[in-house]
Formats: sequence, structure tokens, C-alpha cells
Amino acid sequence: MSDATGPIVTADGVPLKRKLAQAMFRSRARAFGLALPLLAFIIVAFIIPILTLLYRGVHDPRFAQFMPRTTAIIQKWDTKSPVTEEMAAALVADMVVARKERTIGQVATRVNRELPGTRSLFTSTARKAKKMKPPYLEALIKKDRKWGDNATWQAIKITAKTYTPAYLLQAVDLKYNADGSITRQPERYRIYLKLLIRTMRISLIVTLATLVLGYPVAYLLSTLPVRTSNMLLILVLLPFWTSLLVRTTSWIAILQSEGVLNNLFVLFGITTDQQRFSMIYNETGVLIAMTHILLPFMILPLYSVMKTIPPSYVRAAKSMGARPATAFWRVYFPQSVPGIGAGALLVFILAIGYYITPALVGGEDGQMISNMIDFHMRKSLNWNLAAALGAVLLVVVLFFFWLYDRLVGIDNMKLG
Amino acid sequence: MKITSVFAGAAVAALVAGAASAGTITVVSWGGAYTKSQVEAYHKPWMAKTGNKIISEDYNGGLSEVKSQVEAGNVTWDIVDVEMSDAVRGCDEGLLEPIDPSILPPAPDGTPATKDFIPGAITDCGVANIVWSTIYAYDTTKFKGDNAPKTIADFFDTKKFPGKRGMRKTPKANLEMALAADGVPADQIYKVLGTPEGVDRAFKVLDRIKNDVVWWEAGAQPPQLLADGEVAMTTAYNGRIFNAVAAEKKPFKIVWDAQIFDFDVWVIPKGAPNKDLAMDFLAFSTATKQLAAQASWISYGPARKSANKLIGTYHSDPSIDMKAQMPTAPENFKTAIQNDFEFWADHQDELNDRFNAWLAK
Amino acid sequence: MSAESQTVSKEDGFVVFDHVQKSYDGETLVVKDLNLAIGKGEFLTMLGPSGSGKTTCLMMLAGFETATHGDILLGGHPINNIPPHKRGIGMVFQNYALFPHMTVGENLSFPLEVRKMAKAEREEKIRRALDMVEMLDFINRRPAQLSGGQQQRIALARSLVFEPDLVLMDEPLGALDKQLREHMQFEIKHLHDRLGVTVVYVTHDQSEALTMSDRIAVFDDGVIQQLATPDDLYERPENAFVAQFIGENNRMTGTVKAIEGDVATVELDGGTVVTAKAVNCGDVGGRTTLSIRPERVKVGADQGTNRTDAEVLELIYLGDHIRCRMRVHGNEDFIVKVPNAADNKRLVVGEKTSVGWETEDCRALDAT
Repeated sequence: MSDATGPIVTADGVPLKRKLAQAMFRSRARAFGLALPLLAFIIVAFIIPILTLLYRGVHDPRFAQFMPRTTAIIQKWDTKSPVTEEMAAALVADMVVARKERTIGQVATRVNRELPGTRSLFTSTARKAKKMKPPYLEALIKKDRKWGDNATWQAIKITAKTYTPAYLLQAVDLKYNADGSITRQPERYRIYLKLLIRTMRISLIVTLATLVLGYPVAYLLSTLPVRTSNMLLILVLLPFWTSLLVRTTSWIAILQSEGVLNNLFVLFGITTDQQRFSMIYNETGVLIAMTHILLPFMILPLYSVMKTIPPSYVRAAKSMGARPATAFWRVYFPQSVPGIGAGALLVFILAIGYYITPALVGGEDGQMISNMIDFHMRKSLNWNLAAALGAVLLVVVLFFFWLYDRLVGIDNMKLG
Repeated sequence: MKITSVFAGAAVAALVAGAASAGTITVVSWGGAYTKSQVEAYHKPWMAKTGNKIISEDYNGGLSEVKSQVEAGNVTWDIVDVEMSDAVRGCDEGLLEPIDPSILPPAPDGTPATKDFIPGAITDCGVANIVWSTIYAYDTTKFKGDNAPKTIADFFDTKKFPGKRGMRKTPKANLEMALAADGVPADQIYKVLGTPEGVDRAFKVLDRIKNDVVWWEAGAQPPQLLADGEVAMTTAYNGRIFNAVAAEKKPFKIVWDAQIFDFDVWVIPKGAPNKDLAMDFLAFSTATKQLAAQASWISYGPARKSANKLIGTYHSDPSIDMKAQMPTAPENFKTAIQNDFEFWADHQDELNDRFNAWLAK
Repeated sequence: MSAESQTVSKEDGFVVFDHVQKSYDGETLVVKDLNLAIGKGEFLTMLGPSGSGKTTCLMMLAGFETATHGDILLGGHPINNIPPHKRGIGMVFQNYALFPHMTVGENLSFPLEVRKMAKAEREEKIRRALDMVEMLDFINRRPAQLSGGQQQRIALARSLVFEPDLVLMDEPLGALDKQLREHMQFEIKHLHDRLGVTVVYVTHDQSEALTMSDRIAVFDDGVIQQLATPDDLYERPENAFVAQFIGENNRMTGTVKAIEGDVATVELDGGTVVTAKAVNCGDVGGRTTLSIRPERVKVGADQGTNRTDAEVLELIYLGDHIRCRMRVHGNEDFIVKVPNAADNKRLVVGEKTSVGWETEDCRALDAT
């Protein structure tokens, strides 16, 4: 045929590679066109908001925006030497404007996060700022002694950074200091790492519990005739069709100390009226409710994988002399691993971001990291810290995804 | 702000919608018996008088929704009932509309509004309507006669008064009560709480009952917790307990020792769609007559002196004298602590962090 | 072979089904009163259409199904209550059931490992087994990397590697193409001859059964219709079902007019009277089915005793013989195989001729 060393050409003389690329481009363009509406939707409704929010985790322009003079001058200050008149003058000038523009509250809120108690210092000083006369440092100190304290100015220096690692560091219980050093938070403020670990522990236990409870059910379903298994699958899916809120509150009715379960325990003498079990408003309640809610997410992938394992494998193993347990562990179980991987990953990642259930039945020791994100979004209004916590959570999820890919392989995942 | 531009279109749409449905305002309050009292005393008379409509929404307090709406440029709430500290903070952060006190009607005897309101009730961006207080209440079927709790210290004593305790999931009021229980006089509370040692001291008192606490968040929860037997005693807003006793005949009793009283304040979010109507509603609802009328529905004290004189009996039971149920009644008020919003504005971030870390311990 | 000496008695059978019945729903019997004795070293095939109960019998023998009634004996001991893994029976499945997560070597190692065999001994046996099926080079492959025929060999090797006395095969060649299937048939047969292992083989393919078996049990409707050697089965079917199921067969129905010795005189439904060998035809006056193999019919003027007129309807040239469809006694599907021999005259479609057969080649069987 053609010369083996030269490029292969098609009948009309175009190099085969180019022709192939053209054909491929057309099919790719078509695929892209089909996915475009969804892609656009995801970008607008998901990617952009997420990136905007994550951006807040490192970006806080409030101080620099509303106090430009102070921001410019404080960068030169080494945090150790005494406060200068120049710095004081810049601060007073900024405060006069900020007071007029009603932005002083935002500035004060920001600085107050670094140094508690400075909020009123800023708002009350700003009220007087217009009447202050040079030397400004003296005037400030006369208004409040705290202005003579380097700690106040160090807090200003930290907040003057538009891009700051402070929130991300706080999200892992670290503190960013004015001189750029990083230290651990004082013991009494440490919470986020603890919550992160608890979140992972709860997610892990829930994942294991759903696996232990779901595996036999999925196995049973996969061995039944299709008619029966479809009926039972509907029962498995039933919780899906009930609102999450209804399911969670029904757990409250069952598990609370005057609830159905405790009443039964008292009735059967398992416990006394005075010593009812606390199974709700604590970690136990969260574990029970979350395991129930997430169970279908484990059963479905397991079932879809198990359905494809023919019974002849286990029979073959038994015919070769393997006891039922051996046949299960060495032959059946390894083949159900893709289902376990998919189910576990699904449940774990859903669990790690769980929020309503721990909020409703978690009490105190059942709170998870997302409840903290919620707290900072809705209560403390510290959206920057909420964003930083979200970023940390996202990193954790991506890490587990990566780990799963390394251990099991993402292409081994079967979701149904 | 970047988000503003993203949502600019939505904001325009909201404005158009607002204009089209002029005559309707969205009033947001705390729900339950409290909102009911406002509906009876404020909403219905205002709607009858002006012919406008009110959409009543419930929320759980805080500025988050207001902040989201203002920052997104998509404000749907016209007027919101908030705590004093949030009114001050929201004002400082530019989330709220300034209010001109001259729009407030004078008292029936001609006293100008600024003189008629209790000192501190009118701020730059808010006008108080009621005085409410955080108290604790217990189930009288569980503690009887001499064995009943009487002081704030009893609340923190689970040896003498066994049973679970309900508390609001916030450091606010809890830290003050803890210090009061530890013997700090009412006028010293915030001074002590302003020092690290004072905070440690308050948390030490909380430590005593930590394992017995059921935390609540919405005002409707504590009477429910008491009724369900989930807790033996609980902190609560006094009006909620009053309502449970008066309207639902529950066997609850309020302990007034170390009550922490505060104002509830009408504020108008910046850029409210029907700002002018909202202002009109605000002025109307804080008039002497409306405040006095509200007091016959719930045991929260009117923020006007002139209204206090007009307080009568409970709307459905003339045998209940509402004056005696008010936080400001002399026998209830002996050891009262006034909530220091300035202190909380300064310290709530720090104390929230500390409180959350303490909870998670 | 010992098995070719016809029957195996219940006493010296290696595998014995003794009055075995099986029902799944408590209403109908899938296996009805099965009695079967299989000799040691025998290659016995259970042949039958799907739903005839043959696979159920195999599964009961393997232990995956329990007999509803009756005993199954292996080496003289009842095994009804012995779980499958203690029966020591090798098995080859229809879909091979090679463990996909193990290599070929690991698959073969599995039955040895569960027997706690030492590593060196295991390796030796695996080698030998793979060598036997000429698959030694594939020891480190995974099943998914092998072709169907290769997988089949591995499955075979795996069922034999632990040297069981009995191997069950459940339609093992069903998934292979025709050529490969025929090749594998010989290979399995040769392995059986070499190893002397007892094989119970299930298939619905009669040519497979004829090729490989010492004896064949033809199943239908939960009952063994006939248990015989391949040639007996083909030459001397005992009822109409077996005659029809094994090989090609011309059927004619009629009424028995007279029986003399083993010769029956039958009046066909068309009125013609023929003679046939009385096998299973009942008494005079009863209905009967006559069965005659296409290759036993002779075409031509004066041949055979049962001569009759015939008309050629269709001819199919098949190389070694010509398949000829004829009208005989009004039956338009009467098939005759005409050998492509030198002296045979050429038939043409539409030609009127005559056919005939020996009385002993035409068997009078039960009416169906």
C-alpha cells in the first residue's frame, strides 16, 4: 500500500490525522453544545457564588477601603515602636469621613474581631473626631487610654490588610499576629479543629453504620426476585419521599427522654423513670438520625453492584471447598467493593456537610462544622470566617476524594 | 460591591414589584404569642385605619437576614422587630434607615415623644416598642412550697433542685445570670464581665450545670420544653411564660430574681421597598394607645411612660392584672439587670467564640 | 469402559439418586421420583429441554438445592445434609464463574488454599492442571483478558485441580461458538479418559451428549425418559419423546392391528398398513407412533419390505448426502437422507418414486 514512513492520507489526499481531528472536533463541539445549558447554569448558580464566597475567606477590604490614610501609614509601622503623631492624625482624618459616611460601624466591627472591646472605642472616638485638634495622639489618648496602647494599633495593622490569611488561620484555630507570626489560639478559643475532627468522626461512624446496616439489606435485595426486590426497594426509598425536617423531628418524638423509646424502656423495666436514656440532643441522636437518613445512599450503590454479581461465583467457591464465610470474604466481598466505595464516599461526603440534622437533634456535643458555618453566616455575621471554614471543609472533602481515587480508583465507582 | 451588581437586576425587579403592590408592607417579628399581640394591637388597627395590608413574617432574631438583603440589594422586609444591641449595631454598619423621632406622636397629655419614651428607647435607627425580660421559670408540679426555687442561684443549683435546665444558646443573658448567681450585684455585672477574670468566673458557674442544659434558640421553645417535661426549669422571655400560664393554663411560675430586661426595637432595613409606609406604621404602632393595647395581650412593658399608666387586664381574663405581670412592676424589678447593648456590641464576637468553644468542649 | 456394560446397580453406584423428588412451590414436582445410579469413572450426561429438571438434579447433587424427598448418595453415603463445601465435588459453570478479581493462578490456587495445602504443593498442582489444559502461559492473566475458550479451559482446570472424584458440568460449552464447542467436547472427553474422574454433565445439546457420554439420561417433565448408551439411545429409542429428541426422526401415527412376536402390524392414519418393531406400542387396538430414522429409509424401486410410493418435494445438497423432503403416506415432512454415493441415481423435485425400510428399523412406540 502506501509508503510506511510517509503520513497516511485519505482518498482525497488530506492527511488522515487532520481529517480525524476535524471529525473529532465536530463531535466534540456537538457534545459541548448539548452540555452547554447545564454548564452555564452551573457556572452562574454554583461556581461563581462558591468562588465569590471562598474569595471572602481571604479578602476583607473593609478597613482599607474606609480608612485609606491609616491603611497607608500603618504599613510602615513595625508594631513595636511607639505610636507616632502621623498615625494618629491619619486615623482621626479617616474617622471624620467614616463617621459622616456611616461606615465607621463596619470598620469598628472589623477591628473588634481582632481586639474585643475596640468597637465602642472606634464608634465613640469617631463621634468626637471632628472636634479633635492637634496633637492628635494626645487628643486620642485623652479620649481613651487604649489609643496609647500598641495592641490597639497592632489590631489595626492586621485589619488593614485587604488580603488576609487571618480567617483561614482562625478556621484551623491559629492566630495571625500583627508582626506576621502565626500562633495557636488560646486554649479557651480553640474550637474549629475540634469540630472538624468531630465532624469527620461522626461522618466516619455514620458511614460505617450505614455500611454495616445496609450491606445485608442490599445483599438480600440483590438475591430476591426482581418483583420482590423492587417492592422492598420502594421501602428503602420511602424516607426519600418524606421531608428531611419531618424525618428528623419524628426522631425527636421517638428518642426524647419522654419519647416513645424511653417510655418502652421504662415499661419493660430496662431503665427507671428517673434515669431515662438521653438519646437525642447529643451525639447519639445525631448518629442515629443521620444513619437513618443516609442509609439509602449506601444501599442503592451496594444493591446496583451486588445485582451484577452472579450467584455462581459463591457456588463455585463452595464447590471448591470454601466454607460459606470464606466464600463470602474471598469471593463475594471483593467484588462488592466498588459498591462499598461508591456508597461510603457518597455517605461520607454528604455526612461531612450535614447541617439540619445536627442543628435539630445535636444538642451540644453533636454539633458539626457546618453548624459553625451557619452560626457565622446567620448569627455572628462573620461571613469571612464562614467562608474560610467552608474552604477548609471543601479541602477536606477534596482530600477524601483524592484518597478514594488513590485507594479504590474513581473509575471503579458504580453509582447505579 | 460585586454581589450588588450580580443582583442588580433582581433589585430592579423587586422595586417594580414593590411599586405595583403599594399599600402592602412586610412586618417581621419573633412569632408566637408575641407576634399575635402585635397583630392585635398594631396590625389590625393600622390596616383598618389606612386600608393598607400587612404581611407578617416570623424570624429568630439577629441581623443576618437584614444584612443579606441589604448587601444583595434585594430588600423584601419593610420593618423588623430586633433587640436593642442589633439595632445599634445595624445602625453603625449602615444596614438600617435613620429614623427622625419627630414623626412619633406625642403622649395623650401632650408630652413630646422624646420625653414620653423611657430613656434609651429611641436611638438613631430604631424606636423601642416594649420592654421584655429574660427570666427563668419552673414547673410547679415538680417543685412545690418551700422546695420551690426563689433566687437566681437556685437555677444553677442542680443538687438542691434536680432536673434539666433550658437556656438560650447564646452567651447573652446567661453570663449575666451566672455572675448574679455567684453573688455579683446587678450594677456591677457588666464591670465584672468586662474583665477576663469575670468571664472565667461566669463560665465556672455555667460549668456547674453544663451537662444538664438543654439549649433553645427560638422563643417558643422554652414553654414547650417545660410542658414536655424535657426540662425542670428554663430561662425564657417572660411574655412566653405568661402566655403559657394565662392562655394555656400551664403550671409554670416565673422567678424574677436577676431578670435581664431589654428593649425590643422597630428598625427599617436600608432600602426597604415601602419605607414611607413602614415609617407610618412605626409611628402608629408606638403610639400610647397601641402600646397600652398590646400590654393586654402579652406581659411586655410598653416603652412609653404614658402607656404604662393605661395598662389594664388580660384580654380574655379580667382577673389577671397585667401591671403585676410586667418586668417593670416594682416587686419584679428589685434585682433587675438592664442589658448593656454597648457591652455586647463590643464583646459579643469574643464571647460568642468563647461560648462556642466552651459548648464544644 | 465399565459403564458401557449397561446398567449400574444401586448397590455399586458411585452416585445414587434414590426416589428423589423436588418441588419449589409445594404444588408441582420439578423432579418426579428420580432413580439413577452412576458408576465410578462414568461420564453421564443429563440431556433434556430446558425446564426438564436436569439442572435441578445437578444442583441437588452439588448441594445448592435440597431434595424435597428421597436420598442422594455419594460413595455409598447419603449427602442430603452435607453442605456443598464438604462434598468435595468439582464443578464447571455455564458462565465459567472464574473469580474476576484473581489471576488465573490465584483462581486455581483457591480450592487448594481452602484445603490448607502447602505452597510448594499448590504450585506443583496448579502447574500440572494448567499444563493439562495447555494454559500454563496464562497463569498471571486475569479472566477478563482471556477469550471464552481460554476461560473455559481455566474453569475446567480449576474444577479438577483439587482432584475431586466427581466433577459436575452445567452446560459448560453453551457460550462457545460451534467450532470451538466441538473442539472442547473432544478435549473434555480426553481429559475424562485420562483422569478416570466421574463426570455428570448437563446439556440440552443432543449431539454434545452423543459425542461425549458413556451413558445419557434423557430428561423430560421431571422424569428420566430413557437411560442408555448413545448408540442405544439413537438406535433404540424407547418412547416417542426420545426418538424425537435424539437425532432426526420421521413420525407416523396409526393404530396397532396385530402383534406377532416383536413385529407389529400398524394401520397408518392414511389407511396404509405397515409392519414395525413392537417396542412400546401397547396392545392391539391401541394408538402408536412409528419412528424411523431418515438414513434408514431407502429410495428406489424394489428395496426394503415396507415399500410405498413417495414424491420428492425438496432437495438440499449437503455434500456427503442429499437431504430429501418427500410426501409419504400423506406426510409432507418425511425426510430421507440419500448418500452421495457413485451409484445413486439423481433425484429431481416432483419426481414420483418409492421408498422402503426394514421392519426392525421402524419402531412402534407410544402414542403422544
